[in-house]
Amino acid sequence: MRKFDVVDGLVAPLDRANVDTDAIIPKQFLKSIKRSGFGPNLFDEWRYLDVGEPGQPVAGRPRNMEFVLNQPRYQGAQILLTRDNFGCGSSREHAPWALEDYGFRALIGPSFADIFHNNCFKNGLLPVRLSAADVDALFQQCLASSGYRLTIDLASQTVTRPDGVSLGFEVDPFRKECLLNGWDDIGLTLRHADDIRTFEERRKSEQPWLFR
Amino acid sequence: MHPQTLYEKLWNSHVVRQEADGTALLYIDRHLVHEVTSPQAFEGLKLAGRKPWRSGSIVATADHNTPTDHWELGIQDPISRQQVETLDANIREVGVLAYFPFKDARQGIVHVIGPENGATLPGMTVVCGDSHTSTHGAFACLAHGIGTSEVEHVLATQCLLQKRSRTMLVRVDGSLGPGVTAKDVALAIIGKIGTAGGTGYAIEFGGEAIRGLSMEGRMTLCNMAIEGGARAGMVAVDDTTIDYLRDRPFSPQGALWDQAVAYWRTLRSDEGASFDAVVVLDAAAILPQVTWGTSPEMVTTIGGAVPDPADEADPVRREGMERALKYMGLAPRTPIAEISVDKVFIGSCTNSRIEDLREAASVARGRQKAASVKQVLVVPGSGLVKRQAEAEGLDQVFLAAGFEWREPGCSMCLAMNADRLEPGERCASTSNRNFEGRQGAGGRTHLVSPAMAAAAAIAGRFVDVRQFAQ
Ligand code: SF4
Repeated sequence: MRKFDVVDGLVAPLDRANVDTDAIIPKQFLKSIKRSGFGPNLFDEWRYLDVGEPGQPVAGRPRNMEFVLNQPRYQGAQILLTRDNFGCGSSREHAPWALEDYGFRALIGPSFADIFHNNCFKNGLLPVRLSAADVDALFQQCLASSGYRLTIDLASQTVTRPDGVSLGFEVDPFRKECLLNGWDDIGLTLRHADDIRTFEERRKSEQPWLFR
Repeated sequence: MHPQTLYEKLWNSHVVRQEADGTALLYIDRHLVHEVTSPQAFEGLKLAGRKPWRSGSIVATADHNTPTDHWELGIQDPISRQQVETLDANIREVGVLAYFPFKDARQGIVHVIGPENGATLPGMTVVCGDSHTSTHGAFACLAHGIGTSEVEHVLATQCLLQKRSRTMLVRVDGSLGPGVTAKDVALAIIGKIGTAGGTGYAIEFGGEAIRGLSMEGRMTLCNMAIEGGARAGMVAVDDTTIDYLRDRPFSPQGALWDQAVAYWRTLRSDEGASFDAVVVLDAAAILPQVTWGTSPEMVTTIGGAVPDPADEADPVRREGMERALKYMGLAPRTPIAEISVDKVFIGSCTNSRIEDLREAASVARGRQKAASVKQVLVVPGSGLVKRQAEAEGLDQVFLAAGFEWREPGCSMCLAMNADRLEPGERCASTSNRNFEGRQGAGGRTHLVSPAMAAAAAIAGRFVDVRQFAQ
């Protein structure tokens, strides 16, 4: 997994609540058996005016120029500013894969849906929860000045605005460690293989009907 | 010991080890697998040179991409076919407890086949790379959806890294009125708590109205827990649970059955157990529900009307409502009963079980779909549901009404196969998500119960199913 320490990046504001994973990456792209290549189809139904199909080159497709990611000032954005309950709906990990493949390294919003939130950490994508008031202020600043950037420092758990104001955020200590070090969960868990085996043996004797 | 909630009991009985910060390694009993969220996990496993920890915990099926008609032609879409064949190959390689591939007599939607085969049993932890895994909580399981990285983690270690959720009791007191179903209860709850209301919580559904539901109804309710933001929903074990499980293919038999039942009976929240949040609804006040927007919380009753965004004080919410109405092609204050539909979909892991089909058939019996309705799809949840429905003659009721009777699968719930809405088409759907584009790009979804969907098919618009009571 890609490490995350400090990201100083351009911010794109997606001013909608309840953005669901169907919107982040529509179902037709879920037919892929790969983990990569979803970036061009991130927010497909909002970004393009036609209906996209898997494998179709996006170069010639008509774009919806009103959609935030199509506006010139947000090209190259690495931080997505969002509203409440981002990532709700389907558990598809294709959603963080698409965000990451597009070039996003972090998301900032007042709340994220549980499964999506979890999936982000597995893919080196940092979801940062800030208060609704702080997020509101970021939206206002971002819309007011072109080239608006933020610095997210995971080690110190801060988001720093261009005016120097620093906002602290909470992050689960274990997930923080994993992200800072780029650790693979599975490797970590397998260090406890003996514990798992012992637990499993006990379960087998207590509830044998579960093992058939 | 202090009184425990059902969630605490399930959690405590699966903790392999716990870190100081509260992160636990949780043992997984049942791993359900389907074709869409598993290929990258199997590939990752292979690339790392790892083997599945316990392939006997896996039950797999192909459901999302499979066609619902002309099975003799196979899967026409080459990309879908490749995904299903990839699952076939992966399952063949690792070996599993049960695999119900495309065209198998017991194939079906992953959340329908687990319970009906007795592969979902009380007290289990159940995971699947699918958010509607919450369905299995109806059996007093700790069941929730996971991402593909976690699918790989469970394959490799039989465990998940988890933090304990907060607990929420949703109690529905009293009994439901005629024509009001588990789906209406689910939508009413989401209307009350909102789509993020359950975020961070595991919900237990309790109260007299829940005790009165069949297992099918409880599954419908737990299925929709995720639409209220909760990864897991659950219902305590009672006689209804135990009666349902008796003699299912993977249910324990003989002495083991008795031993299992004795344990299962303990799977309920203790008297006096405390929850982090409690939400109470009055069953008698719940009326047939219809969604009007692009989020399940945008819901009202059949007697209601589309709300006016101008009445909403919160600017973010107001804008969300305006966008939803634009997408849905609806004017503020339109009475729900004046909204006409182009298509009707009866199916999905929310409402494709035998009881759902019986409810729809009881409305359709002896009637005809409205001429203005282009298509009414009835898609059973599994091959077993399909055969049961045919044995009861339900297929004939549907066909006589001008509905289509299809092969099992996810179908127009998410439109990964050929079943979909065209841009602008409006659908009464028994599925669980009315998101933009969910049932086809530009398609407009209204979530309802099976009986309400059948009634809309007959009337050509939303009507109060209680007028159709026979
Ligand atoms: S029926 Fe719909 S919600 Fe259920 S598993 Fe299939 S696609 Fe997902």
